[in-house]
Amino acid sequence: MKKLLYIALSLVLLPFMGFAQFDGEFVKPKNGRFLLQNATIITVTNGTIQNGSVLLADGKIQAIGQQVNPGDAEVIDCTGLFIYPGLIDGGSRLGLVEVGSLAETQDYAEIGSVTPNMEALVAVNPNSVAIPVTRVSGVTTTLTMPSGGLFPGTAALINLNGYTPDQMFAGFKGVVMNFPSSARRSTWDRRSDDDIKKEFDKAQETLNEIWEKATTYHRLKTAGATLEYYPEMEQLSKVVAGELPLLVEVNAAADILKAIDWITSKEVKAILTGVAEGWRVADKIAAAKLPVVTGPMLSIPTRQSDRYDAAYTNPGKMAKAGVKVAIRANDAENTRNLPFNAGFAAAYGMGKEEALKAVTIYPAEIFGVADRLGSLEVGKDATLLVATGDPFETRTQIRHVFIDGYRVPMSNRHIKLYQEFLERSPGLEKN
Amino acid sequence: MKKIFQAFLISLLPMSWSVAQTPTGSVLIKNAHVLTVTQGDLENTDVLVENGVIKKIGKNLSATNIEVIDASGLYLMPGIIDAHSHVALDAVNEATAPITSEVKMADVVNPYDIGLYRALAGGVTISHAMHGSANAIGGQNITLKHRYGSGNPEDLFMKEAPRTIKFALGENPTRVHGRGNGIQPRTRMGVDAVIRNGFNEAIQYKKSWEDYNKALKVKGASPVPPKYNERLQTLADILDGDIIIHCHSYRADEIYALINTCREFGVTNIVFSHVNEGFKVAPELAAYTMGASVFADWWAYKFEVYYSTAYNAAILTRNNVITSINSDSGELIRHLYHEAGKAQRYGELTDEETLALITINPAKQLGIADKVGSIEEGKQADLVLFNEHPLSVYAIPQMTFVDGVKYFDIKADDNDMRLRVSASEIVEPIFLKEHDHRCMHGVDFFFTNFGRNLFNHSH
Repeated sequence: MKKLLYIALSLVLLPFMGFAQFDGEFVKPKNGRFLLQNATIITVTNGTIQNGSVLLADGKIQAIGQQVNPGDAEVIDCTGLFIYPGLIDGGSRLGLVEVGSLAETQDYAEIGSVTPNMEALVAVNPNSVAIPVTRVSGVTTTLTMPSGGLFPGTAALINLNGYTPDQMFAGFKGVVMNFPSSARRSTWDRRSDDDIKKEFDKAQETLNEIWEKATTYHRLKTAGATLEYYPEMEQLSKVVAGELPLLVEVNAAADILKAIDWITSKEVKAILTGVAEGWRVADKIAAAKLPVVTGPMLSIPTRQSDRYDAAYTNPGKMAKAGVKVAIRANDAENTRNLPFNAGFAAAYGMGKEEALKAVTIYPAEIFGVADRLGSLEVGKDATLLVATGDPFETRTQIRHVFIDGYRVPMSNRHIKLYQEFLERSPGLEKN
Repeated sequence: MKKIFQAFLISLLPMSWSVAQTPTGSVLIKNAHVLTVTQGDLENTDVLVENGVIKKIGKNLSATNIEVIDASGLYLMPGIIDAHSHVALDAVNEATAPITSEVKMADVVNPYDIGLYRALAGGVTISHAMHGSANAIGGQNITLKHRYGSGNPEDLFMKEAPRTIKFALGENPTRVHGRGNGIQPRTRMGVDAVIRNGFNEAIQYKKSWEDYNKALKVKGASPVPPKYNERLQTLADILDGDIIIHCHSYRADEIYALINTCREFGVTNIVFSHVNEGFKVAPELAAYTMGASVFADWWAYKFEVYYSTAYNAAILTRNNVITSINSDSGELIRHLYHEAGKAQRYGELTDEETLALITINPAKQLGIADKVGSIEEGKQADLVLFNEHPLSVYAIPQMTFVDGVKYFDIKADDNDMRLRVSASEIVEPIFLKEHDHRCMHGVDFFFTNFGRNLFNHSH
């Protein structure tokens, strides 16, 4: 009887035994020593090297040049290919949202208007499907930002490889501030001019009250006072102290001028973000020596009367006025379009060289990580892309991406679906 | 008194003439790199346009008394066509019933929309102004030629274009009706049922008219005519093959279901729009439909597009589906050549296949491919000149022609290209973005708290 039971059981289990084996193979990000050979190397900071090689080991660029000894490194032939530093996006929601319309998957906006202590890095999902989708385009690094309210939280620069947020953290944080806005949020915004003004004045008032509180908190703290637990002010006091910069989101020209005044009078370390109408007051931004992260380039002009290309030409005009301009895609799932944003900026007045800097060395400098990212130099992080041509061109194919020394798989869900459905079987006929 | 009335009538006459005739132009474009889309690339070639029509394509052409443009070093391609847009519409949704086929977008065209000029600046000469996606069967669309400058909406209509209608599947109609309003459809089963019910009612309606018309022929009979119903008449016209369906869709199951329903009712004139999971049913789309009009790379903005791929256009093209790239956005419409370029990256389409995505293929889907969508002798002269190959990210449109008339010239582009300036608005409003998700424009009154956040993204 017992024997029969065993037989019955094993018969039941038989179909499941197949589970021990899987088809296919999952390629993991691979760490190691790599020599990328015979490529055209665009270093960004030290010109272009023809027929050059890059040696990657221990997560760093060990050597660059025409004569590099591979040693025991795995050699990757890059004949006819081009090597660029990994592209840095100056602002996104990548990792903080999975499906745009589903509240359950939105982790970028906490309740409350003043929540600077909300850390984006805490909510970054390293396994977001959008991350492998993004990095195969050569975008290796992004500033992921909380949004909504006056002080929505603290943004974090992340590399798009790793299994924990800490492994992804790329060394920069900044507190986000939405400067009071006199602009309409979108063409759907039906508020009256009066309502907009009232809301603006109210927000300005609130901002100044909070700032007053933060400076007081900081003064008391440095004086050694015992303070009640106040995480919001604790975080803002770091901005007052200059430990954390303020990422000031501001777009309308008049607001930009007010923001500059505010930043100057408060002596805050600040980076302007958004800056859609920056071209209107570019000289003022340059005079204030404030760096800018602008984008997306692919947006409508802010005013009906503007030239159709006002958004495309904005970064070029600011750059010409002497502003240090970095570019962002300001997206989540399509942060992969950063290179095309840079391409449009290049075409409409910024020039290719400056546009390339706007997605490599400039954001690295603005975020204070230029010792590690933003150009191909010995000693910097092994974060780069290998492409068939100019990475801003849609025709170009990206062949390899390395992030922080890891060779990342050139695969993602989009590619897997392509591979499965390009030639579906069965086709039309019934199975 | 009578005299005054007559004078008044006579004064109206020129207006009626201007309604009857939209402007056409003549121009000779010399030495361009001509991307014909259907007949290959022609280097250093001239295109002669007479009275809005492409008269001749060749070398060393000459003409007298018309403008000659030296296009040496420039690229000439057919005017770009957007098969799914809401540009120039004052209203988008009539969301009050699951079927509103009696509604016409032709009634709400705003010729002053600056979006038309911006689209022209992006090389777009024709857009398909569509009803929104709130209903399983929405309103009737209108194909627009971007003849910016007229205050008369009818001057924008492409009168030769066949009638089209908007259908919508999945989350949008179920959200507005089933979840927002407590009526069918709440599920994809319900959407299919609503469409079937509509078609079946239309069959009955059609029959009642056929019976009536038959009875009229009987001597001495005086039959009572059926009650006229615009909604059902429109559905009957669909069944008769007089209207092309353009259906908002995302998931493969709902696409497949509508293909089956249409086949059952003998409807073959159907184009699937957005169709993010079209790649999963590509063989069916190729065999039974007029094609798929997709986004180049949009995904994950809502759940029904989470399992999509930017390789959609490539998979569809390789499976012989007539494929186009649509904008559904007043922003995206300005750089459809770039959107097509992105589709080229994902799947490595050829230049010609890629340009077809925004020219001849959408023309086929709108039923106007015999008139526009390629550079061929005899076709309407909708043309755009680029400074570089239009699939380069560095390409900038230089001039755009509709019917041979130049509506955009980068050298004549002024600081303010509005046709009408509002006197009541003292401070010009500043918009941070185009609300580029117009598909659900005008349905917010259905929602209080639940579902409101969906309006951030509501294609």
